[in-house]
Amino acid sequence: MAESAADRAGRYAGARVRRVEDSRLLTGHGTFVDDVSLPGMLHACFVRSPFAHAAIRGIDASAAQAMPGVRFVLTASDLNPGVHEQWHTTIGKQMPETPRPPLAEGEARFAGDPVALVIAESRYLAEDAAERVEVDYEPLPAVVDYTVAEQSDVLVHAKHGSNVIAKMTTVPASALEPVFASAAHVVSATIHQQCYAPVPMEGRGLVVDYAKATGELTIYASTQSPHEVRQFCARLLGMPEERVRVVMRDTGGGFGQKIMVQRDEMCLMLAAPLVGQPVKWVEDRRENLLAAGKSRLEHADVKMAFDAKGEILAAYIDFVQDCGAYPTPWPLFPAAAVGTFFPGPYRVPRGGFAVKTLYTHTVQRAPYRGPWQFESLAREVLLDIAARRMGIDPAELRRRNLLRRDELPFKNPNGMAYDKISPLETFEQALAMLDYEAFRAEQAEARKAGRHLGVGMSNFVEASTPGYGAYATETAKIRVEASGRITVYIHGGSSGNSIETTVVQLAADALGAKIEDVDTIQGDTAVTAVGAGAAGSRSASMSAGAVRATASALRERILEIAAKKLGASPDEIQLAESRASVRARPETGVSFRELAALVGDPKGLEASVPYTANNPAIFVNATHVCTCEVDVETGRVRILRYIVSEDCGPMINPNVVEGQIAGGTVQGIGGVLFEQLAYDDDGNPVTTTFMDYLLPTATDVPEIEYGHIETPSPGPGGYKGVGEGGAIGAPPAVVNAVADALSPFGVTITRLPLTPARILSLLDRKATWS
Amino acid sequence: MAEVKVRLRVNGQQREASVEPRVTLADFLREPLRLTGTHLGCEHGVCGACTVLVDGAAVRSCLLFAVQADGADVTTIEGIASPDGDLSPVQEAFRDCHGLQCGFCTPGFIVSVTAFLREHPDPTEAEIREALSGNLCRCTGYQGILHAVRQAADAARRGEL
Repeated sequence: MAESAADRAGRYAGARVRRVEDSRLLTGHGTFVDDVSLPGMLHACFVRSPFAHAAIRGIDASAAQAMPGVRFVLTASDLNPGVHEQWHTTIGKQMPETPRPPLAEGEARFAGDPVALVIAESRYLAEDAAERVEVDYEPLPAVVDYTVAEQSDVLVHAKHGSNVIAKMTTVPASALEPVFASAAHVVSATIHQQCYAPVPMEGRGLVVDYAKATGELTIYASTQSPHEVRQFCARLLGMPEERVRVVMRDTGGGFGQKIMVQRDEMCLMLAAPLVGQPVKWVEDRRENLLAAGKSRLEHADVKMAFDAKGEILAAYIDFVQDCGAYPTPWPLFPAAAVGTFFPGPYRVPRGGFAVKTLYTHTVQRAPYRGPWQFESLAREVLLDIAARRMGIDPAELRRRNLLRRDELPFKNPNGMAYDKISPLETFEQALAMLDYEAFRAEQAEARKAGRHLGVGMSNFVEASTPGYGAYATETAKIRVEASGRITVYIHGGSSGNSIETTVVQLAADALGAKIEDVDTIQGDTAVTAVGAGAAGSRSASMSAGAVRATASALRERILEIAAKKLGASPDEIQLAESRASVRARPETGVSFRELAALVGDPKGLEASVPYTANNPAIFVNATHVCTCEVDVETGRVRILRYIVSEDCGPMINPNVVEGQIAGGTVQGIGGVLFEQLAYDDDGNPVTTTFMDYLLPTATDVPEIEYGHIETPSPGPGGYKGVGEGGAIGAPPAVVNAVADALSPFGVTITRLPLTPARILSLLDRKATWS
Repeated sequence: MAEVKVRLRVNGQQREASVEPRVTLADFLREPLRLTGTHLGCEHGVCGACTVLVDGAAVRSCLLFAVQADGADVTTIEGIASPDGDLSPVQEAFRDCHGLQCGFCTPGFIVSVTAFLREHPDPTEAEIREALSGNLCRCTGYQGILHAVRQAADAARRGEL
């Protein structure tokens, strides 16, 4: 049953609790991977291919190896034979894998492909030596543009026989032809999204420390999932899992890029036993932009059929995606999700999709916050194009088609059954916060004065908290220490999602403890139970489930011991303020510290109960509304207002919810207006510094306004995942705002990013044609 | 490469170490001095994560060689809180306003904002945004950071920085 606001009064969940992570992070005392320094530690640097595609005829490392302080120059023949198994726990062994040799073997397949690994006594020396490694490359023709990859004679992986990695069609477009042929309106477009990337402020990195005497490997990692690193590494090296320990204290952002183990990281793991002393590899920004992975870069032919009243009759998407040379994970599943979710939170009765994933000689596709957000971009941009073509206000068109509560659960034509969402409510709330009618009036006035204002909106529904495979479980261990303080051990690990604070809030509530009496230890596989890490907007719901399951068991133990001490029955005992007392006589009580001292039996005051999610996903929805002004002389876009109304169920900590929404939203704004990970026609990367790859700065961002609708999920506490939504909802809202501003010019926006140059070229082209 | 001795006053203490002349101030602080709160986000002077105070001015320690700072008075993030551990008004404001998430860019922001507010205790909104534009954050969308700087400016106006 949903709890009311009154039920939540006096609890930490729901409050803007200060973060427990902050005291170390604010004072320079966090521990990021580059802060780890071990006695005798060596430093690694990769030799990377300067060519998009080249045969490797030979490697002469003699000059590098002769340099004082250089300890190893390792090539594919040293490392690659060490690979035993190469699969991720969260993806599963049965999933097909694309080839992922740790070091390039015989052939380099993108500019940045790791070819050799230099290990030296300092980072400076390792970089010097990397420059002295002579690689005999024979440049070969490269497939850089994925839109011609299928037809190209040049193959990225010759053994695969094609540049098509995988494709899938649920319903052929022809099957829906009768619906489209008889519809009052059919609107179609080909929509392209450019390449951009997660770009965490801290790049990837790890320190590997293999102890020959015991056969134990300790890894300090920048990761979103220490247990995945551990399990993957144990399988990779063919080691028993208990011999591998992974520790992460602070990770400087991941946004998906640090969920999986990539090739560079495999190289360090494989090198560890050969070196037998600690080795650190921390990528620099150039490597991060060159080799850590790309995201987005895709297009689709999309079309919708409408009846005369503007109600959607069918929606179809034919989607094509660039996956680079060595994608992680196998890309068909996320690509199919683009098709599955394309109908969005709308009443779409018919639909289907076709998806295709392609190899190119570019950096690998890797996960990024909202990995299938293209479904929302394509749908919402198409809806605005449709509204303009049909002469219906874009808000009105959406209102007519958004799912209402009384229609839930609703199964979309691709088989996705949505429930516990409120798309019409978030939409109306966001429009009311803007005062949509007033904005339209202001826009009309501005146009008369020669100024171009626009409003864009987007709605989406997202499947958070995947409830299958390894993602479906999470386990906490909670102990009342002799001091009476409470320690929560859980996989977690701080990567920017405030999960330490979240866990402390939830545990304090569950046990009736003062929040300052609760500590959490996370990110160390030696002391935390197996979990799946920060991925799929799962941390809030899964941590809540794990803390609740374990705290319930521990609570029973506490009640039992307190009841005995206080001469009452367990159901008469209440826990509050780190004390147990008899409900009728709250003045007679016993502190947790005294209780801990009373426990004489070996069970102690400790519990650990695994939690398994029983929902395949937890749905979360939101509306983004953006207004902007476009300067048609310079092409510059200035965002005026930005509103997000989100239904993430009850909030554990509104600061954290808003922080997640803001961060994702600004990444989405960056993706539309600034960011592009680009290659020239020959496959040379041209954006490997922050002077070329433009991130949004404080001068570019609006003040984000938040609205909340609260529909509890079926999961623990009614919570939903909110980590990714910002990056899903923002791109279409911004594109639609710009398109709306430019609607008097009759331009249609179907390509990103919307740099000033592109906006001017859109306006020029129209001027030339008219 | 021959090493040279670099002497600095860092966070009120005299420190010295011998390093190659090509070692950046950032690496000097992080490695021989083990002051790892100064972070490296780009190593080409754009992201601002490595910002420290050199003789009171905010500089990017990745763009300066340690030898260039020889004899200087340097304040790193480790020297911003009071010696007894009380957070500075800028640090306090970042905590109050959710001005950090992963915390990697945070030391650079705290140091930059500290220098900025000492020079501009009564900044306009545009000045605040301009001042922050030399530091990149990928987690917060700058929302909490902007709120924090406005809050810290109140302390600056009272002369508490």
